[in-house]
Amino acid sequence: MKYMVLISGSESWEGIGPEERKALYERVAAWWNEHAQRGEILEGHELQGTETATTVRRDRDGNVTVTDGPFIEAKETIGGYALIDVPDLDAAISLVSGWPAPEAFEIRPVVTSREA
Amino acid sequence: MDRPAAVDASLEAVLREERVRLTAALVRVLGDWDAAEELVQDAAVAALEHWPRDGVPDNPGAWLMTTARRRAVDRLRRQGRYRERLAELTREASEMDGPMQTGGPLAADDRLRLLFTCCHPALGREAQVALTLRTVAGLETPAVARAFLVSEATVAQRLVRAKRKIRDANIPYRVPEPFEMPERLEQVLAVLYLVFNEGYLASAGDAAERRDLARDAEWLCSLLVRLMPDEPEPMGLLALMRLHLGRAAGRFGPDGSLVLLPDQDRATWDREAIVAASDLLERAMRMGRPGPYQLQAAIVAVHAAAASYADTDWPQIMALYDRLMGLQPTPVVALNRALALAELAGPAAALAEIDPLEERLASYHLFHAARGELLRRLGRHGEAAAATARALELTDNPAEQELLRRRLRDAGT
Repeated sequence: MKYMVLISGSESWEGIGPEERKALYERVAAWWNEHAQRGEILEGHELQGTETATTVRRDRDGNVTVTDGPFIEAKETIGGYALIDVPDLDAAISLVSGWPAPEAFEIRPVVTSREA
Repeated sequence: MDRPAAVDASLEAVLREERVRLTAALVRVLGDWDAAEELVQDAAVAALEHWPRDGVPDNPGAWLMTTARRRAVDRLRRQGRYRERLAELTREASEMDGPMQTGGPLAADDRLRLLFTCCHPALGREAQVALTLRTVAGLETPAVARAFLVSEATVAQRLVRAKRKIRDANIPYRVPEPFEMPERLEQVLAVLYLVFNEGYLASAGDAAERRDLARDAEWLCSLLVRLMPDEPEPMGLLALMRLHLGRAAGRFGPDGSLVLLPDQDRATWDREAIVAASDLLERAMRMGRPGPYQLQAAIVAVHAAAASYADTDWPQIMALYDRLMGLQPTPVVALNRALALAELAGPAAALAEIDPLEERLASYHLFHAARGELLRRLGRHGEAAAATARALELTDNPAEQELLRRRLRDAGT
């Protein structure tokens, strides 16, 4: 079963010094590679900050407006994502629980066939 | 569903036990909660028709499974999954037909799967509660609604959403692994204790469904204890519930008014039940893994063992609160500990302990009620009345409101 894991923006990393930050990055990278090799992480990326975000909205009439900033107005922002393939939600929870840094994750099952 | 009057309590008890096994097995075999629920409902209706007339079958679980299997045939055939699932159901029915009584290892597993899935942390607390009561305890949706003072539509929607999330997010139907168990068991115990308190704290005038919740929770907890006999915390919670229930008759006066512990008529307490619950607690404690529920039960057991309020072993109660604070340092535990301290060291010492809790317990009515009592004992009547009035604003329990109004009246004279 495929799940999209939305990884919170790294607010929780604030106050962490550069050395420790580098060490955390290395541990996250090692963790990521390990699960990617097992076929549990299909793909994913860290995203640049919301200050680089551009929102495009298309309404029913096809009118397009482009604005600066993210479309989710929230304290928590999305800092990255991973598409994972594991048997069930418990396996997904267990996988992201192993992420070796303080972070929040939103796990969403991927729609595979739209029911009528 | 209206039950025929002829159905006696023992038959209902058997049906309740067996219907969980049936539900648990059907959810596993069919992988479809709604279908399982409907089949269980049909089988239960059939049982209530046949059993009073023909007697309870030797193996009621197998009888129900056979009945459900018969009704499942049509459904499965329609869904085109006939052959594979039917073979499984047949195997299930014949397994249940063996000499195994309630509590066999296979059936036990299924019921634990059911309970842990209903209380999965990916479901909200309200959904966990509704699903557990509906699916494990077998309560009808309207009964759950009346017990929680919400509309039937609300409960129905919570159930639909919960079952949809189980299906769509693929929440697995299984017993947690040992490494997950402490956290997952905590979820189940929290759900059961919440249900218990909804019933136990209901006032004397509340609907019977509401008060029955305490019994439902006690039954669910006893099921959990039978399924996990080596876990001390479920046993501790069961002892806690039974200790409360053993003293329930003293909680309300003849006019339905709430009577607090110091003023309760201890002759109304069920001594036999209290002794049995204390023995159960001791069994849990002997496992050598103390936890919050065992400690709370131990505190209630000390109260229950005292011949009068004045005879209460306060040093022992303080020692238990200290241990509880070590495991669960919440403001509510700190408040209760301070109230025990008031008995040992006087109201001024207790007030000094609870005042720092004000910010975190500002909307907790029992904080203000307790503070009002301590202030009254210190002769600070104006502040006492203000605190009591604040408590009155914050509770919607009629019996508690009446008690607080009485305090305000008594202070005024």
